[in-house]
Amino acid sequence: METLNYRNKAQQRAKGSKRQVIVGVVASGNLEVLAERVLPDTDCEVDIRTAAEGFGEVWQAVVADFVERRSPGGLKFSINDGGARPDTVALRLAQAVSAIEGERT
Amino acid sequence: MTTWNNAQSLRDSRKRAGAPYAQGKCVARKDTTALLEAVIRPGDRVCLEGDNQKQADLLATALAAVNKDKVHDLHMVQSGVVLPEHLDLFELGIAKRLDYAYSGPQSQRIAKLLFGGKIELGAVHTYLELFARYYVDLTPQVALIAAVSADREGNLYTGPNTEDTPAIVEATAFKDGIVIAQVNEIVDKLPRVDIPGDWVDFVIESGKPFYVEPLFTRDPGAITETQILTAMLAIKGIYAPYGVQRLNHGIGFNTAAIELLLPTYGERLGLKGKIASRWALNPHPTLIPAIESGWVQQIHSFGSEVGMDDYIRARPDVFFTGPDGSLRSNRAFSQVAGLYACDMFIGSTLQIDLQGNSSTVTADRVAGFGGAPNMGSDARGRRHPSQPWLQAGKEADPDSPAALRRGRKLVVQIGETFGDKNAPLFVENLDALKLAEKLDLDLAPVMVYGDDVTHIVTEEGIANLLLCRNNDEREHAIRGVAGYTEVGRGRDKKLVQQLRERGVIRRPEDLGIDPLDADRRLLAARSIKDLVRWSGDLYAPPSKFRNW
Amino acid sequence: MNAAALDKSKDSNDASTSASSWYEASARQRVENLLDANSFNEFIGPELRETSPHLPLFDLPEQFDDGMIVGYGRLGGKPVLVAAQEGRFMGGAFGEIHGAKLTGLLRAARDIASLPVLILFDTGGVRLQEANAGELAIAEIMRALIEARLAGAPVVGLVGGRAGCYGGGGLIAGCCSALAVSEQGRISVSGPEVIETNRGVEEFDSKDRALVWRTMGGKHRRLIGGAEVFADDSVASFRDAAQYLIEHAPSMNLSTLEAEQFRLTQRIERFGTCADAIDIWRSLGATEPQRIPALSYREFAALANHLQEPRHDAR
Repeated sequence: METLNYRNKAQQRAKGSKRQVIVGVVASGNLEVLAERVLPDTDCEVDIRTAAEGFGEVWQAVVADFVERRSPGGLKFSINDGGARPDTVALRLAQAVSAIEGERT
Repeated sequence: MTTWNNAQSLRDSRKRAGAPYAQGKCVARKDTTALLEAVIRPGDRVCLEGDNQKQADLLATALAAVNKDKVHDLHMVQSGVVLPEHLDLFELGIAKRLDYAYSGPQSQRIAKLLFGGKIELGAVHTYLELFARYYVDLTPQVALIAAVSADREGNLYTGPNTEDTPAIVEATAFKDGIVIAQVNEIVDKLPRVDIPGDWVDFVIESGKPFYVEPLFTRDPGAITETQILTAMLAIKGIYAPYGVQRLNHGIGFNTAAIELLLPTYGERLGLKGKIASRWALNPHPTLIPAIESGWVQQIHSFGSEVGMDDYIRARPDVFFTGPDGSLRSNRAFSQVAGLYACDMFIGSTLQIDLQGNSSTVTADRVAGFGGAPNMGSDARGRRHPSQPWLQAGKEADPDSPAALRRGRKLVVQIGETFGDKNAPLFVENLDALKLAEKLDLDLAPVMVYGDDVTHIVTEEGIANLLLCRNNDEREHAIRGVAGYTEVGRGRDKKLVQQLRERGVIRRPEDLGIDPLDADRRLLAARSIKDLVRWSGDLYAPPSKFRNW
Repeated sequence: MNAAALDKSKDSNDASTSASSWYEASARQRVENLLDANSFNEFIGPELRETSPHLPLFDLPEQFDDGMIVGYGRLGGKPVLVAAQEGRFMGGAFGEIHGAKLTGLLRAARDIASLPVLILFDTGGVRLQEANAGELAIAEIMRALIEARLAGAPVVGLVGGRAGCYGGGGLIAGCCSALAVSEQGRISVSGPEVIETNRGVEEFDSKDRALVWRTMGGKHRRLIGGAEVFADDSVASFRDAAQYLIEHAPSMNLSTLEAEQFRLTQRIERFGTCADAIDIWRSLGATEPQRIPALSYREFAALANHLQEPRHDAR
């Protein structure tokens, strides 16, 4: 198992007022993302425990793009990953933001 | 004095040698090996079916049991290397040389035997190409085929899984070869005659159905959200704007998702009647909802698919069926249809390089080509126009005068940027190059060449290679949809942005698609059971797909 | 386009959650959609990060809720306690924390005594990596479940997920007041591969999925009295089943147990020599037993009610 952590600055605070959401399931090729509104408005943290070792560069790129596109300020994302592909990771992160901002049920 | 009927004499002597085992044309099952030892000569070119789906399994087992002092150094020419016995022949020294097209289930073992020098490789072909060579320089001296039933005159019913048989038998029978058929049963009257008895020399009743591989069934339960996203992109970004009516789908989950999205997403976009109405396609169970919803006019098939026979019988307006009501498939003609009568091929692959060349070969597996190179290529002999073909031709070459500007077939590669075991789809160098070196091949085994590919679709978007003006643009159009693979991360961001502005690369949002909309609830059927329901209980899936 | 196709396309375009598939849904989605809207409150939620202490030793990823969701909510306006297993995490199998959460919920039910419990099973049994703790948990859960029932709290099990309800889960299900099962659901203790390994492929071919479902699947369980209600593969259908079973759950006492013992004795006498479920179904009075696997939900539910009244006298 590998542990990765990324702290970034976000352009703006994530919308809405929900305090936490969880999306996804830990299984082969899948991951869960727990999003908690616990940080200052311009901060964003992504904390990852992953079963697939050696993909640090890919995670970094995915997270950087995600933070730039979705501006999830104030959110801490905690991830348990069962070896999901980057597109699945990006999808779950987007789903988590969408859920905590209250866009869709 | 020159004699001109040597082949006929040889054929006659083979028939005489086999005669003691036969009553008319019928040979008892227990005498199969002895028959083969009598009829086949060392060094013969033998075609063993070996198709994509059906296997002449009795004949394969019997051939692997021959005395190798009597029968050896055979040159096997066959479509598919599928059964273990197909490779046992080489390990046992019965066969020496091989020309073939596909080896999916045996891809690892065949690689080992090739590296180990146990197989002398002629070449790996695409199906139609191999059939073509049966008529020029690879004509079989003996053909070992599988049919459903025979009558006592040797007429054969090959039924839904007719597949390659007509192409094989015509070449063999009319060039003085011997045709030996295994059949499930010998009957008084056949449902229909697929192969005339004049072309058949010996018939063996196996007493049970020949082996058929269910290759074209994909469980909707396994389709992922990312695959659904690529399917949405393909439908909205390619099928719709080009108006693709005539097409072929390579087998895979991405294309299965497209099939299942037609009645839902396709309907929502108002595309029924405007796309996907005429197909060169095996009877994919995942197309059932689209058929039932009125999307499909006609399908011609390469082979059949396990469990679909009753459904096909009940839909003769759509499928090619005989007077007996059952499907007649024909791989050779379907391949030709894919080449000349379809405006688009779309399929998946394992690796794509920076020129757009794609391959399914890895360093330790040699799967062969199957039909994809044929379906996924631009047929330069085509002359009749169609809207998609002309439109693609115009995009590729906007400056030439229209009247001299040929069209282009749409050849689309679709897949997620990372495949099984998180292996990247996009690579700088294909594993196929390593294999070519290892086996000392003239050519690296490329499935679809970059200059035939017109579009690449991943979850990141669509790259339209027709609009690329030079190699640099082409390379970056590919990098621009290669996601987080090393190839993707190596992109020149500015150049990719320019390509996007020109429409060479289109992202989901450029097409009005939100990735979060790619939900499994969009699928018209989400399980095999759903497909059974759609078919009105006519589809009978094989046991391994059941969860009821 | 035929009528069935119209129905299908309507269903698949219908994003409403009540029509959604139970089989496809995650444990969280099942709980969320089963209970009254926004009524669910989770105990020991994922933010508390009560994860397995054992999985890291095997280099396996944890899940924040350890694959077991527990809490309370409302069903048709009435309060209920709920537990749901995530069948895709470690095959829904019981581990130390996973099991402890369910034990705690059932003990709460025993102590409160007036709240029914719904258990949404989706499990292959006990995690090999946590075998000792898992087996202990099964025992503790069974005890707590019985004590809850004795105290007057009905415990209703719902089975319809990918993993089925196997091993220790099957034992726990057997202790419930009542069970609802869908066609996809399977209930057993030993799994198909284990039976084949121990008894040979002639006795039980684990690859013959039709056989697996005839032997352990929802339809058979309904017909042989292993489950009280047959549900459709939809949240709405399981919701109806849950409400019905809570309302009609038998109380637990010595005479219930004696009646159950009698029923099971009769059952094995009656069907013990049958080689296949089809023989059992024929013996029950089905005129075309081989057609039963192909019957739609409605057709089967009607047939099952006709062949055998849903029992509420035993258990």
